[in-house]
Amino acid sequence: MKKVIEGSHAVAEAVRLCAPKVIAAYPITPQTHIVERLSKMVADGELDSEFLCVESEHSAMSACIGAQATGVRTYTATASQGLILMHEMLHVASGMRLPIVMNVANRSVSSPLSIWNDWLDAMAVRNSGWVQLFVESSQEALDTTIQAYKIAETIHLPVMVCIDGFYLSHTYEPVDIPDTVAGYLGDYKPKVVLDPKNPITQGMMAGPKAFQEFKEQQHRALLSAKDVIKNENSEFNKKFSRIYGDGLVETYNMESADYAIISMGSVCGTIKHILDEKKISDIGLIRIKTYRPFPNKEIIDLTKNLKALGVLEKDISFGIGGALWADVKTFVDKPVSNFIGGLGGRDIQIEDIVKIFETIRKEEENIHWVGSQLKK
Amino acid sequence: MKKLLSFGTRSCAGCPASLAVRRILEAVGDNVIVVNGTSCLEVTTTQYPLSSWNVPYIHTAFECTGAVASGVESALKKMGKDTHVVAIAGDGGTFDIGLQSLSGMIDRGHNVLYICYDNECYANTGLQRSSATPYGAATTTSPPGKFSIGNKTFKKPIVQMLAAQKVPYVATASLAYPDDLERKVKKALTIKGPKFIHILAPCPISWRFDSSETIRVARLAVETGMWILCEIENGKIKINVTPSERKPVKDYLSLQGRFKHLKDEDIKKIQEKVDDDWKAYKKY
Repeated sequence: MKKVIEGSHAVAEAVRLCAPKVIAAYPITPQTHIVERLSKMVADGELDSEFLCVESEHSAMSACIGAQATGVRTYTATASQGLILMHEMLHVASGMRLPIVMNVANRSVSSPLSIWNDWLDAMAVRNSGWVQLFVESSQEALDTTIQAYKIAETIHLPVMVCIDGFYLSHTYEPVDIPDTVAGYLGDYKPKVVLDPKNPITQGMMAGPKAFQEFKEQQHRALLSAKDVIKNENSEFNKKFSRIYGDGLVETYNMESADYAIISMGSVCGTIKHILDEKKISDIGLIRIKTYRPFPNKEIIDLTKNLKALGVLEKDISFGIGGALWADVKTFVDKPVSNFIGGLGGRDIQIEDIVKIFETIRKEEENIHWVGSQLKK
Repeated sequence: MKKLLSFGTRSCAGCPASLAVRRILEAVGDNVIVVNGTSCLEVTTTQYPLSSWNVPYIHTAFECTGAVASGVESALKKMGKDTHVVAIAGDGGTFDIGLQSLSGMIDRGHNVLYICYDNECYANTGLQRSSATPYGAATTTSPPGKFSIGNKTFKKPIVQMLAAQKVPYVATASLAYPDDLERKVKKALTIKGPKFIHILAPCPISWRFDSSETIRVARLAVETGMWILCEIENGKIKINVTPSERKPVKDYLSLQGRFKHLKDEDIKKIQEKVDDDWKAYKKY
């Protein structure tokens, strides 16, 4: 059914369809509309879940870990300070191989305090062993949240679906809501659970002789997510007729491109608009949908005949440059400019992107702060 | 008979934690999921690939025992399973870093028995001071010196705090009174909602007494009135053991190296606090 709804409500509809038995959440702007809607669904009997109003995001993730380990599907959503507060438990969730699904309505991180969008929150936890997916539209947020359960439960790792705070979470768009996910996502049937009939110990201590192999296995599992994500992207398409690139990356206007701009999330919609509007043929867009695991092979293949690249991102890895830029640079041996912008909710305007295109064509490699008001 | 927490854990000689937990699990039975906060208990019973637990057990981190237990209990509820949830954490994980998640668990009314085994310091990390450390005690972060008596504060009144939050059942327990402990665990499990049992866990290493004396020290804590055995059910307090003649606190303090630097006037101050506590408890 097609409806004009808020991005947050699109996510809530996806969660309703996947029917987690335990939802634990703590309110933080701009995530609130997701969990408010879910709590109303529970109150109205549309969703058969325990909704725990926990006292912090740390406890939200902890409660999800406890419930998931006991044997039910779980859900939480957060943003910004909340994600940072639960950072410790993100590592526990992935280390315990629990397929928890979470949406992050991306928001900046204090200080100074900002409630507005950027990716400083998600980037700060990029080493926590979660699959990290970034979406461009509300429809993609809904579809990806459904896929997230399938991906998580296949590889036994948690999945974080990132939606740009406000740009997606609070914006109304037409969204097609499936009637059911039956036939795509089955019941949750975990193999390892806390059960008195078969007592197991979870979350042990591992000494130097054992610990490293746990981490090696975890890394392998995260890498294996690439094939699973690609597969779910096409399986989802078979059932619902919607597809997002190959699930890892999506390309746009790359047919005759000499250059590419690489980015993630909702700003890619603006970039596509400009490429169309200005009938640009020498620049294409590579939208990274799957940030972790990083689509290194795809980036190498897609850029091998290009002259230069630019990476536009809403984050800064202090002391090096953009986190995404650093990742791209690891695999691409040609000029890559870095454009850091949109921090703390500053709009990335059409003129900004036009300027970025001009800089990319110069085939240089510098870190540029989009619209900086500081003296050089 | 199969022990639900097996013998041969890696705990120190005379460790009260494994003694207490074994006794508690005997009372609970095997239809249980144990949620454990990071603690000596966790590191001495779950060294991969060995586990001492014959019941399902989960450990995640330090400050979230109440929250993890909340999740476990909620899942069981949705699965329609009638399994006990017993959360076990130390004093650091309960009084300090885990207080918020415990309070949240109580606030939401989860059907969980939460047990705090209280060795009055961060024993696992090398005997540092917690807010459960008693007045005057030497720990590695409250050492006595020219300008310090040792720990400068009295123990945080956790039982009163939780009773104020209207926990349906709050009790204290002692290793020296195992039947009382067993009765309290069994009683707690008949009550729906959050339950809290606070058990004093004399630690030979951090309190500095001989490892053969654990039970004796636990008993002296009760006999001197420094540890009041009681239960508070729906706000009504019952003192379980009232020593006919309380022994002087000095008898308890002098057995332990952590108090050996105290002067007579310091001991007098502790005695006065214990006397006041008893008065307050009787009024309460």
